[in-house]
Amino acid sequence: MGTADGMPDVGSAAFDAAAAAVEAALAAGARYADARLVDRRHESMTARDGDVRSLSQTTSAGLGVRALVGSSWGFAALGDPAGDVDARRTGARATAIASASAAVPGPPMELVAVPAVQDSWANECLEDPFDVPLSEKGDLLTGVTATMRAAGVAVAEALSQAWDTRTAFVSSEGARIGQHVRETGAGMHCLTVGDGETQRRSYPAFRGQYGTRGWELVRELDLPAHAERIAGEAQALLTAPACPAADTTLLLGGEQMSLQIHESVGHAIELDRILGWEAAFAGTSWLDLSRLGSLRFGSELMTITIDPTIPGALGSFGYDDEGTPATARDAVRNGIWVGVLAGRDSAAVAGLDYAGSVRADGYARLPMVRMTNVGLGPGPHTLEEMIAATDDGVLMEHNRSWSIDDRRLNFQFGCEIGWEIKDGRRGRMLKNPSYTGIGPRFWSSLDMLGGRAAGEWRAWGTPNCGKGQPGQVGHTGHGAAPARFSGVRVGVRG
Amino acid sequence: MTAAPLSLDDLATAVLTEVARQGGPDAAAIVRAEHAALALTRFAGSAIHQNVADEQTTVHLELTVDGGRTANASTTRTRGPAALADLVAATLTAARLRPRDPDWPGLGGPAPLTSSGSPDPATAEASPADRAAGVAAFIEAAGGLSTAGFLQTASLTAVLLDSAGKHVAGATTSAVCDGIARLPGADGVARSISVRLSDLDCAALGARAAAKARAGVDAAPVDPGRYPVVLEPAAATDVVAGLVTGQFNGKAVVDGTSGVRLGEQQFDPAVSLVDDSPAPGAIGLPFDVEGTPVRRTELVRDGVPVGLTTDRRTAAQLGRESTGNASDVSATWGPIATDPALSPGAGGSIEDLVAGLDRGLLVTDFWYTRVVDPTRSVWTGLTRNGVWLVEDGQVVRPVSTLRFTQSYLEALAPGAVTVGSDVGPQPARLAGAMGYNRVAVPALRLAAWNITGNTTG
Repeated sequence: MGTADGMPDVGSAAFDAAAAAVEAALAAGARYADARLVDRRHESMTARDGDVRSLSQTTSAGLGVRALVGSSWGFAALGDPAGDVDARRTGARATAIASASAAVPGPPMELVAVPAVQDSWANECLEDPFDVPLSEKGDLLTGVTATMRAAGVAVAEALSQAWDTRTAFVSSEGARIGQHVRETGAGMHCLTVGDGETQRRSYPAFRGQYGTRGWELVRELDLPAHAERIAGEAQALLTAPACPAADTTLLLGGEQMSLQIHESVGHAIELDRILGWEAAFAGTSWLDLSRLGSLRFGSELMTITIDPTIPGALGSFGYDDEGTPATARDAVRNGIWVGVLAGRDSAAVAGLDYAGSVRADGYARLPMVRMTNVGLGPGPHTLEEMIAATDDGVLMEHNRSWSIDDRRLNFQFGCEIGWEIKDGRRGRMLKNPSYTGIGPRFWSSLDMLGGRAAGEWRAWGTPNCGKGQPGQVGHTGHGAAPARFSGVRVGVRG
Repeated sequence: MTAAPLSLDDLATAVLTEVARQGGPDAAAIVRAEHAALALTRFAGSAIHQNVADEQTTVHLELTVDGGRTANASTTRTRGPAALADLVAATLTAARLRPRDPDWPGLGGPAPLTSSGSPDPATAEASPADRAAGVAAFIEAAGGLSTAGFLQTASLTAVLLDSAGKHVAGATTSAVCDGIARLPGADGVARSISVRLSDLDCAALGARAAAKARAGVDAAPVDPGRYPVVLEPAAATDVVAGLVTGQFNGKAVVDGTSGVRLGEQQFDPAVSLVDDSPAPGAIGLPFDVEGTPVRRTELVRDGVPVGLTTDRRTAAQLGRESTGNASDVSATWGPIATDPALSPGAGGSIEDLVAGLDRGLLVTDFWYTRVVDPTRSVWTGLTRNGVWLVEDGQVVRPVSTLRFTQSYLEALAPGAVTVGSDVGPQPARLAGAMGYNRVAVPALRLAAWNITGNTTG
């Protein structure tokens, strides 16, 4: 696999430390081991009401080692290892932990084969976010929050974030992979406060938009062009009628669709959940492996891909954290469930021959099955066509709350803003729009899908996907466009 | 040649010295040096499938110049003077680029601690074998049911210095066991938390989880509607967590998103709530990230809201003193209680509370609860790990997963609450560096809970 902007700056010392850790893990009795030396830099700036409110810079560097003894895993991590001695100590510790795991063993387990690649990869980054002056970032964020405040909102906040992650991966099978991933994002929101209520509007998404790109992503968002609009909408929501309770036709904007996909499809197709490995915390899945390839998940319009190769999407990489090359595959094809997010161990247990969706939140966390880019392909319609084809319905945009059960079936989402759709036209603004449903029933009611108009389909980035114990925050991408569903319950109240 | 690690005290001192050298007398800094170790053994299908341990030393720096230009930074690169000098230089550069914040609350200066924390050395040094033994006990006590969960031990040692002369140090430990036992269509849960691993009776938790699972088989739905409920401590924990994060949080009050009415009889007189961070057995450091000593903060007394949790910024905005609830995320999420305790009442055991229901629901646990309306504290979420229909004071049958949409503030209204007498410490993720906080909460009987759906539609 080629690199986008040259060889990643992952030094040979990092590979040496990772290799020493793997060697020590094997020497202590592991039958497989891998190690990641990860050097990560993060910057976050927030502004509120015309002032920069926080500016935080974080660097974390350390070594994480996985060791397999029999069918039992062990993982050990150490911050800022001091060369060969610490690396070997951490490798041996991983094996010792795996040996303790073997006191309560699971069934025999192998790993799905992957090529022992020696390669490097970096994503395209036209404008390094860490080279953009802090003063410029501050001017952008304070400017848009000042604009929103001047428009009369109670609270105006904006945020930019950037990550720069360099990883050296070494496995006992001979893999040696360097990666350099740069991620950038930004967003803004405002609150208005009425008599016993709070309304919120955000742009471009409720926690901003993120991608494996440089600062050019933020420039393209053009936050200043939208500040006054969302402030006005937040004000208008205070006096708008509430979304009525009804079973009706529901139109969702692309950003809300991205979360709908994330919660009700992405997590449901995680193989570790399907196998019960997350039963006590993240939960399981309603999907039954025996029906992979035959189960109807949704309508014919529903084709979901797992694709970590999408340039610039937040869930893109060259190799996952087990060294598996990024590969696109279908998860749902024309409504039929055909694929899962898998790792080398879970795939082997399930009798599948592919992995590639294992990722870790930094050096100190165990790689586990995670979403990459899980998205819905663009459809044959446009949002305007959907509105024109709807006699009676509600259009909802921008997520405000989300909740779904531990099998990923029963969901309830609240959105920031809605519009009544009557006789093919967009009507009154509606506040507190919400909808609820059951995953496969909801997806089977998908009857129109946007994406034909320019800009309707977009790879949205979710920078805050929580999973695992200890907790891990994942960065995922979701291609999505506006869509229409029939017979959906809306206007759920407390 | 790699530099040898410094002690936390020397590390914090070195950073503060570097701040003075690079920033001059104008630079005001809070430096926190921490060593954290976390080990967690996870099991599923009655086998250990994930088993991790990590340790790291981190330096956190909050640096302010010109009386209000502030930047924050942290790093795990702590070896050698060059790494520390780089940290200070980058943070100083960032701070100088920021506009002056007129609301910068300044440094707190010296403040005596009431303790240096209550760490348990045996918990800090627990081995993978110790955790595996606890897991094995849980599994065995579940009597052949499939089990899943985790056993975690963690320790944290920290030193905090500031340019105004503050110098505090402390340590803490925690141990958490949380697991389910499974039968087809029925999971039962049990969990507990303590500063000491030896306090956790993993076998008793496994047995309780199994008993709940066996009682949950053949669950059937009930129709949506308003039901009186008994919330077991795990479910009641979610209500308390919702109140301390979104309502009694000083930032929520400043922002206008809290519906708390201080001084009014907003809740049933049976409700009294404190943040009891200095209590014996509390988990967490004896000071917050601004160096303010933690304190016991009364939030609700006999149903009347009387207090809020604050950090130095929100305290200044509200004309109050900091309650010692600053955290690394409090600038964004506000200062949140770290050891909330709902006082036990006269309602007796869970069985006693159930006996007082004519027709209602007994709920073990909630899941994926999210705010729908922050000001009214309306949350939606689902039941998990067991619900039962109660008629004439008796549990009559298990109920399948339900969705609710309910105002937590209104659920505790005057006349609506009976508080149980038995308090069980529950783990919850609220704030702070230990991952899990202790929530001391009894079971609750509430007059109405709005069930808005079930997993059949």
